[in-house]
Amino acid sequence: MTGETAATADPAWRTRLVALPPRTLAVRLVIALILAFVAAWVGYKAAGNPRTFVVVGLNGLTLAGLYFVVASGFTLIFGLMRVVNMAHGSLFMLAGFFALDLQERLTGGEATSAFGTSQAGLGDWIIPLVVACLGVAVIGLVMQQVFLRWNQGQDLRQALITIAISIIIADQVLANFGGIAENLAAPDAFPGSVSLPVYGISYPFFRIFVLLVAVAVGLALWAMIKRTRFGMIVRAGVDDRQMVSALGINIQLVFAGAFFLGALLAGLGGVLGGTMISVDKGNDTTYLLFSLIVVIIGGMGSLAGAAIGALALGLVDAFGDVYLPSGYTNYSVLLIFGLLVLVLAVRPLGLFGRPA
Amino acid sequence: MNRSAFFVERALWWGPGLAIVLVLLFAPLLFTDFYLSQVITKALWLGIAAASLIFLAGYVGMISLGQVALYGIAGFTMANLVAADGGSPIAWNPWLGALAGILVCTGVGLFFGAIASRSYGIYFLMITLAFGVIAFLFFGQVTQLSGFGGVNNVDRPGIVSNPVTDPANLFYIALGTAAAVYLLIRYLVRTPFGLALQGVRDDPSRMRALGYNVPLLRMLAFGLGAVIASLAGILSVWWNTRISPGSIDLARTIDVLVIAVIGGLYRLEGAWVGAIFFAVLDNWSRGIDVIGGRFNTVIGVIFLVIVLLSPGGLMGIWQAITDFAGRNLSRRPTARQPTDTPQTQ
Repeated sequence: MTGETAATADPAWRTRLVALPPRTLAVRLVIALILAFVAAWVGYKAAGNPRTFVVVGLNGLTLAGLYFVVASGFTLIFGLMRVVNMAHGSLFMLAGFFALDLQERLTGGEATSAFGTSQAGLGDWIIPLVVACLGVAVIGLVMQQVFLRWNQGQDLRQALITIAISIIIADQVLANFGGIAENLAAPDAFPGSVSLPVYGISYPFFRIFVLLVAVAVGLALWAMIKRTRFGMIVRAGVDDRQMVSALGINIQLVFAGAFFLGALLAGLGGVLGGTMISVDKGNDTTYLLFSLIVVIIGGMGSLAGAAIGALALGLVDAFGDVYLPSGYTNYSVLLIFGLLVLVLAVRPLGLFGRPA
Repeated sequence: MNRSAFFVERALWWGPGLAIVLVLLFAPLLFTDFYLSQVITKALWLGIAAASLIFLAGYVGMISLGQVALYGIAGFTMANLVAADGGSPIAWNPWLGALAGILVCTGVGLFFGAIASRSYGIYFLMITLAFGVIAFLFFGQVTQLSGFGGVNNVDRPGIVSNPVTDPANLFYIALGTAAAVYLLIRYLVRTPFGLALQGVRDDPSRMRALGYNVPLLRMLAFGLGAVIASLAGILSVWWNTRISPGSIDLARTIDVLVIAVIGGLYRLEGAWVGAIFFAVLDNWSRGIDVIGGRFNTVIGVIFLVIVLLSPGGLMGIWQAITDFAGRNLSRRPTARQPTDTPQTQ
C-alpha cells in the first residue's frame, strides 16, 4: 500500500515539475542555485566566526525593524489610496531634523554631538519624538488634503506631486538645518548596551529597542487592520472604494486617517533612525529607496510583505557589508540590486503583491 | 476646420519652431561664450536625456526614473576607459571610450528593461527609481570606478576642444546629436516597430492577444531609451570634463523628470523646451537675492504648479493657445459654414 502511494506521488510530483514552461523552470533552478550558494557561503563564514555571525545578524534584524517601521507607512498609504508617496523619505528626514532641533533647544545644545554616545533625559528624547511625529503627520495630512485629494485615481500625477513636494522639502531642510550629519541623543534612562547570553556579546540597547518597537508597530497595525472597525473599512476600501462610499461611510475621512498614520510612521522611523544611525540631509533619498525596495520585494500594500521585504533588505544589507570577500565589500549595494532582480524575475508584483 | 484657422495654427507651431532653429544655428554669434556653454549646450544635452524619458513615457507608456542612472553608466564607463584622474588607469582613445560607454549603457539598459518590463505604470516607475538610486550608491561606494570624488579631467576627442574657453565646437556637436535624436525618434515612431510600441502603450493585453511579445517590445524600447540616454551621458562628461556620483543622484534624476514634465511629457519637442526653460531659470536664479539662491525650491514650486494646472506642460499650454487662436479665427466662418468661401484675411 505504502509503495503504491509512493509510486503515484512520485509521477505527480514529476509531472508538475515538467508541466512548468521550460523558461520558468530554468529561472527557478537558477534562483535555487543562487540561494543555495548564498546559504552555503553564509554558513561557511558563520562556522568560521559564530560571534560575528550573531552580531551581524542582530544588526540586520534591527535594521530590518527600522526599515519596517518606515515602509509600513508607505505601504499603508499605497494599499488604501494607490498613492505612491515619493515624499515619504522626506517626511522621515524632516522628523529627524525636527526632533534634533527640539532636543537641542531642550538640552541647551549639549546633549547632541556628531555621532557621539551622549545621552539626554528621558523627556528630552520623548518630547521631540512625539512632537516630530505629530508635526510630520500633520504635514502629511495637509499634503494629502491640499494636493492629493482632488487628484484621486491619477496615480502618476499624485506621484509627481509628491516628488515636487520632496524637492521643496529637501531644499528647505538644507536652507534651515544645514547639511551636517548628527545624531539624536538616546534617553539616559535606557542602558547603553545589554550583554547577551551568547558569546559574551554586549549589544547596543537602542537597536534592540528599535526592533521591539517595530514588532509592536507590526502587531498593532495587524490588529488594527484585522480587528477594528476602522481596519475593516480600510480593507473594504482597498477592494472597492465606491461600494464603501455607497454604504454611507465617509471614505475621505478614512483616507485622511490613513495618510496621517502613514506619515506618522515615517516620522517615528525618522526619530528612531536619527537616534540609531544619524540625522542627515541625504536621508530622504536613502530611506525612500529602502521603502521602495521593501515594498517592491514584499508587494505593494501588504503588511506581511513589508515585514518580509524589510527582513530581506536588512539582512542582505548587514551581511553584505561584512561577508563579501575582502576587497569587494564596497560592491555590497549590488547585492541589494541582486535581491530586487531575483524577486522581480519570479514575481513582478512582489512576493505578496496582487494586481490592483 | 476652416483653412485660415488651420494656417494660423500651423504658423503658430512652425513659426516659433523655425525661429528657434535659426537662433540655435547661429547661437555662437548671438550669445556670449559663457551663456552658450552654461545655458544652451547644457540645455541641449539635458534635453537629450529628457527626450529619452519622453520617448518612453509618450510612445511606450513607461515613465522611467532610471534614465539618469543610465546616462551615468555611459559616462562612468567612458571616463574609466579614457585617460582621467581617478577611476581605472586605462587610457583608450576618447572615441573608442565613448563607443564603449554607449554599448555598455545599452547592455545595462536591456538588462534593466528585461527585469522591469513586466511591471507597469507606477510599479515600473518605482522599480526604475530603485535602479537609479542603486546605481548612484554603487558609483559612490566603488572607489575602483569612481568613489565620491568622481573621475576628473576626462580626456576628450580633439574636436570637442575645451568646453569653457572654446564652447562653439561642443555646442555644434550637442546640437547635431540633439537633432539626430529628435529625427530618429520621429522616424522610429512611424515604423511598424514604433507603431507596435504605441499599441503596447495603449493596450498591452490586446497587443498580446494579437500575437506581439509585449515584454520583449518593452525591453527593446527601454534599450533604445538607454541608447539615447547614453548620448546625453557622453555629452555631459565632455561638457563637465568630469563625472561624479553627484551627477547622477536623485536630485539629477528629478531634474530630468522636471524638465520632461515642464516641457510636456507627451510631446517630444517638450524635452528641449523644458531643458532650455530649466537652464535659463537655473542661470537666472543664481544672480538674484530675493529667493536667496534657493533654486530648488523655486523649481519645485514651478513643477508643482505645472503638474497641478497643466499636465501637458509648456507644450500643452502652447497647444491650448494655438487651439484657442484657431477657434477664434474660425468662429465667424463657422457661423456661415455652408458657403465655405476661402477667407481673405
